[in-house]
Amino acid sequence: MSSSAIAIGVRGVGKVYRLGMADAATTLREALMQAVRGERSASADDRAASLLWALRDVSFDINAGETVGIIGRNGAGKSTLLKLLSRITWPTEGEIRLYGRLGSLLEVGTGFHPELTGRENIFLNGTILGMRKSEIARRFDEIVAFSEIEKFLDTPVKRYSSGMYVRLAFAVAAHLDPEILVVDEVLAVGDAAFQRKCIGKMGEVAHEQGRAVLFVSHNMMAIGALCARGILLEGGRVTADGPTGAVVQQYLRSLETLVAAPLTERKDRSGTGALRFESLTVRNASAGGGLVRSGDDVQLVIRYRSNERELKNVHVDIVIHGALDEQLAQLSNTAQHGPFERVAGTGAFVCTIPRLPLEAGTYRITVYSEVNGDIADWVMHAAVMDVEPGDYFGTGRGNNEGQGHFLVAHTWEAQS
Amino acid sequence: MSAPLHTIRPIGDRVFPDFAEVWRFRDLCFALGRRDVTLRYRQTVLGVIWVVLQPLIAGGLFSVVFGKVAKLPSEGLPYFVFAYAGFIAWSAFQNTLTRASGSLLAQSNLVTKVYFPRLVLPISALFSALVDFAVALGSLAVVLVVFRIAPGLPLLTLPLWILLLHAMGLGLGALTAALSVRFRDLQHALPVLVQLLMYASPVAYAISAVPERLRPWFLLNPMSGVLDGFRWSVFGIAPPSAAGVALSVTGGIVALVAGSIVFARFERRLADVI
Repeated sequence: MSSSAIAIGVRGVGKVYRLGMADAATTLREALMQAVRGERSASADDRAASLLWALRDVSFDINAGETVGIIGRNGAGKSTLLKLLSRITWPTEGEIRLYGRLGSLLEVGTGFHPELTGRENIFLNGTILGMRKSEIARRFDEIVAFSEIEKFLDTPVKRYSSGMYVRLAFAVAAHLDPEILVVDEVLAVGDAAFQRKCIGKMGEVAHEQGRAVLFVSHNMMAIGALCARGILLEGGRVTADGPTGAVVQQYLRSLETLVAAPLTERKDRSGTGALRFESLTVRNASAGGGLVRSGDDVQLVIRYRSNERELKNVHVDIVIHGALDEQLAQLSNTAQHGPFERVAGTGAFVCTIPRLPLEAGTYRITVYSEVNGDIADWVMHAAVMDVEPGDYFGTGRGNNEGQGHFLVAHTWEAQS
Repeated sequence: MSAPLHTIRPIGDRVFPDFAEVWRFRDLCFALGRRDVTLRYRQTVLGVIWVVLQPLIAGGLFSVVFGKVAKLPSEGLPYFVFAYAGFIAWSAFQNTLTRASGSLLAQSNLVTKVYFPRLVLPISALFSALVDFAVALGSLAVVLVVFRIAPGLPLLTLPLWILLLHAMGLGLGALTAALSVRFRDLQHALPVLVQLLMYASPVAYAISAVPERLRPWFLLNPMSGVLDGFRWSVFGIAPPSAAGVALSVTGGIVALVAGSIVFARFERRLADVI
């Protein structure tokens, strides 16, 4: 009975943002000037033109005990949905019913102050997340034990390592005991052992305690492992809701159509625009042409453009994703020799991978750049790289396809 | 099916903030206030000393400029003592106002990440102002002993003035906090306005030092009654005029009501704008 009780009811929810509030006065001086000149702040037409529906007609129910993955590209409305659920902002239309306390891990450690000690931050952060002081006191020992920072309880958290900081922050949030738990890519932080612990905690929360868990991530592997049900958001609408496997497949198919569009026309990018990626091509440096096989020398050529004659301190990253959108590898110029000190304002970054160690298959490539420490351009799934079977080991014997992702150089011998 | 714990609907037009909700979040008010106090007294090496030093410097400065140079009367008290008390009372108002007013923008990281009734922020700013005031009041007691001034029965009215000063500060603070999210330049204009108001109020001078002709205008200032009342309760000098006190009480109530209304109007849009 309790396992089928409703936890969240979302009915026809929509949220509109007024882009930039273009014509509204943002300073008192402007407001006064407009009043003096007798201007209206903006006409109705102007306003309609700059409205953005971040979510529209969104409806779903989630029952207690369910773990649901929210899937979608950047800008599909995932974070707006989470903001509405956690009451940080209000919907423009529709209604959301929450049958219980909602704990959101939108950002672990919200309100942590570096000068305060671990103990002080537990109480501060706990009350910020909505716990009563008496509740925190009751569960204090548990929180400390979970975070594994006993020895540093009375040390200001500014002296903590980032791992300790994250553990403490997550420990507080994990003990909020919400009937509804929202987790947003929190697993990207902390070390592997701690991540396993967090996943365990999430599973425990959902199954043993009959709580509802909403899990938002780009990691389809994690979603597949944790969630029985998936909800796909595209352009602010729910386009699929059902068993995770099918929803993930639909999401991956939608990425294919996305990648088909030229890079210059892609709108789903973030960054300052200090430079813009224009194209990404995969080139076979051994044999020439675009056909790439396992074991070939491969070049990824990223053309970019900027308004400057010269760019300084440029950091470039490539991320290779597998079939389930899992991150397989990151290729970073910073990890090799540091950021490019100066490059031409318009040109190409060429990344060479000698003897491509990937099995045959389809891979997606994300490109990311920073100029002077600010994200300049970032396009998830900017291109697809198809890898054909090849003679990686140079033995002419080929390799057993489909037995993994990577080809690893190695030798064998028998010893008695 | 049981009733939902929360029902989230589009922004309704609410006149007042949800005070019951603020009360449910009282632990958060204390926790944030406690954080401010802890940081204030732990981080600055001077800590408590600074809180006492400020009125000492101001009192000394005022007694030289207004007492020695301008030779203004000070109700028969040493000018320093007179100005010291005035500045402490004024600081209670000013500290509450400026801290409450900056509370939303300074903590936009909370506003954009976690739900709680936003009124918690200006209210929690009141705590550190109150602690500073308590320290300053202790120093005033020392000054009274040093100058051998014994407060009389009027001392019993002290809580009223303290309440009024903080009510005005909090009301105006909540109002300007909400407005300054929308109008960013308000944060720059506010210190100047507060400074002007201080010189227009009987902080460093007595109302009796103002020319007879101008006095009614000065009494229109809601700060006059409460400042006079504060000094009367501490020193037992001439009591404040009934009209002045009535204006201060009205001012305090109006500040709280106006602050609440303006805050409620802006509250729910904060996360989208901030």
